[in-house]
Amino acid sequence: MPKMTMVQAINLALHQEMSRDESVLVLGQDVGVNEGVFRVTAGLSEAFGESRVIDTPLAESGILGTSIGMALAGLRPVCEMQFSGFSYLMMGQFEGHATRFRTRTMGTYTCPLVVRMPYGGGVRALEHHSESREALYAHLPGAKVVIPSGPRNARALLVAAIRDPDAVVFMEPKRSYRAFREHVPEQEEVMPLGKAQIVQEGTDLTIVSWGAMMRMTLDAASLVASQRGASIEVIDLLSISPMDVSTIIGSVKKTGRCVIVQEAPRFVSISSEIVAQINDKALLYLEAPVKRVTGYDVVTPYFSRETPYFPSPRLIQRGIEQTLDF
Amino acid sequence: MPIRDKHEFKVSFLQVLDEDGRVDKQLEPDLSRDQLLELYRGMVLAREADQRMLRLQRQGRLGTFSPSTGQEAAACGPLLALGKADWLVPAFRELGALLMRGVPFNRVLRFWGGWEEGNVFPGVDRTLPIAVIVGSQIPHAAGLGYAVRHRGEKDTAVLTFFGDGATSEGDFHEGMNFAAVWKAPVVFICQNNQWAISTPLNKQTVSESIAQKGLAYGMPVLQVDGNDALAMYRAAKEALDRARAGDGPTFIEAITYRLMMHTTADDPSKYRAEGEVDQWERRDPLVRFRKYLGSKRLWNAQKEEQLRVEVKQYIDDQVKEYETPIDVKPDIIFDLVRGIAHELIEEQRAEFLHRLNDENEDADA
Repeated sequence: MPKMTMVQAINLALHQEMSRDESVLVLGQDVGVNEGVFRVTAGLSEAFGESRVIDTPLAESGILGTSIGMALAGLRPVCEMQFSGFSYLMMGQFEGHATRFRTRTMGTYTCPLVVRMPYGGGVRALEHHSESREALYAHLPGAKVVIPSGPRNARALLVAAIRDPDAVVFMEPKRSYRAFREHVPEQEEVMPLGKAQIVQEGTDLTIVSWGAMMRMTLDAASLVASQRGASIEVIDLLSISPMDVSTIIGSVKKTGRCVIVQEAPRFVSISSEIVAQINDKALLYLEAPVKRVTGYDVVTPYFSRETPYFPSPRLIQRGIEQTLDF
Repeated sequence: MPIRDKHEFKVSFLQVLDEDGRVDKQLEPDLSRDQLLELYRGMVLAREADQRMLRLQRQGRLGTFSPSTGQEAAACGPLLALGKADWLVPAFRELGALLMRGVPFNRVLRFWGGWEEGNVFPGVDRTLPIAVIVGSQIPHAAGLGYAVRHRGEKDTAVLTFFGDGATSEGDFHEGMNFAAVWKAPVVFICQNNQWAISTPLNKQTVSESIAQKGLAYGMPVLQVDGNDALAMYRAAKEALDRARAGDGPTFIEAITYRLMMHTTADDPSKYRAEGEVDQWERRDPLVRFRKYLGSKRLWNAQKEEQLRVEVKQYIDDQVKEYETPIDVKPDIIFDLVRGIAHELIEEQRAEFLHRLNDENEDADA
């Protein structure tokens, strides 16, 4: 099979899961005839028909709210928020119901559904199309939040999300949609939710990152490694919540140094939580303060100003050097 | 080109029993003696249970709750038309609907008593828990409607309730619109009880009716005397039949009145006149229905007395069950977060159990 983009890999997961399980259906704005604004749902309507690939009215809360109803009736809806910047309109349904049905009915009802949404910047998009707001969702007890970083893990994680018994927010880094290709096996591949992946082993420093920042982080890490001979371990978080804290702690105990790279603003963010977990569980192993390379706590600027807003390979490189030199 | 009329809309009003219990023979639904008595019992049970809950709340034996006294016909009438395979999606002021559905009263008490067990209804399927966020359950009903139709359950419909306040919420409009576009088998019932806590209807909307909001979504609408159990049954039956036949959703506005407070945490004398309440007390749905049963020679003072005794005995038993301590481990909340275990949750469970242990020791000392 030829190498695939992330868009193609997500599409493959949807095709295969819809073929495997009749209860899986896709709904959202423009997901049918138009095949999604990023063509993520290409071919689905043709293959599975309008009743399983539903072009909905334009209403985010309605999309999630009706998905919850479908899930309660035993279907497995995969709904799409066209852009994460519009997803806040469904926050009431997500917090009030999707994350709670299991607890409030003591397991009688659950919400096996996936909310897919493209997120993040770097594609010179219009206002509200460039934010990274994973922390908003990850803060909610019961929520699951997944962010793939490449085509292969996007496919394997989406399969897991669709089969998961609870609501999963699946945030797709749109900067990575077509930025690179990977080999994605035709046969089924599932990665468990709640597990991070050590993508590169090392002994001198740990980097934790996720989503579109992974590529930049790997580039920066290899540059520092080649320039200084440092041995750097890189962790792809993948599952924002529940978070694989053990893998991070195990790594930090080994290296004693940690850099966290995230696209999102810094305040009350995923990196804040990782620092807190390290503080709880590995403080005395640290050789240097944990360094955070993040977006700034300002409103995401319009695209002509966005490049210096996001972490850059250079900024990540400086963060690594500073932490090694402490 | 002159401007010409394009569409005309109208809203009809249905009443079967007038305020004195006189029935319109043309509109009288064909209900058996047993069905009529089931409906009346449901309303009496809802009233007695509501009044008992008020006493329990005032005695500190129950949390805040939202009384439904005065709205029994609006909640119970439609339930007589609801089948076991249908879904019931309640808001929080349909005590009679839950009880007629077969939810044991002790479960309702547990909900308002602060126990999640109050949302677990043994033996009662397809009944969602009380929804506290106003209007948020409405899209669920639309999704359920889509799902049952999609799965080929031809004889299944979905019934959802909400109040007049909910019709200002986006989820009301989104849920109604989705259901209409999908031709989903859903019956939407708005219990227009004139007040959303302290907000009167004229500050909620300036539409001539709430019913007409359904017209905007292209579904049949009907305004019904919500204190007339026969009219509520008839309207809901027709709507449910239409849904089951594949003809899509219906919107019913039940004109009723909340005779008590919004919840036990507010005092209605602060925002509404007593005279208004008196006026609605004269339209009590139970009195009207009792007169109707009497006129059909199905009811008398002795039967009324027997029913009240039976219902009160049931309520006593259920209160006793509610007040029997639940034997569930305190860390159950950690089991219910997600379908899979997680290290941070397990860590916090251990902390929680340690804390309980510590606090118990302190209490014993």
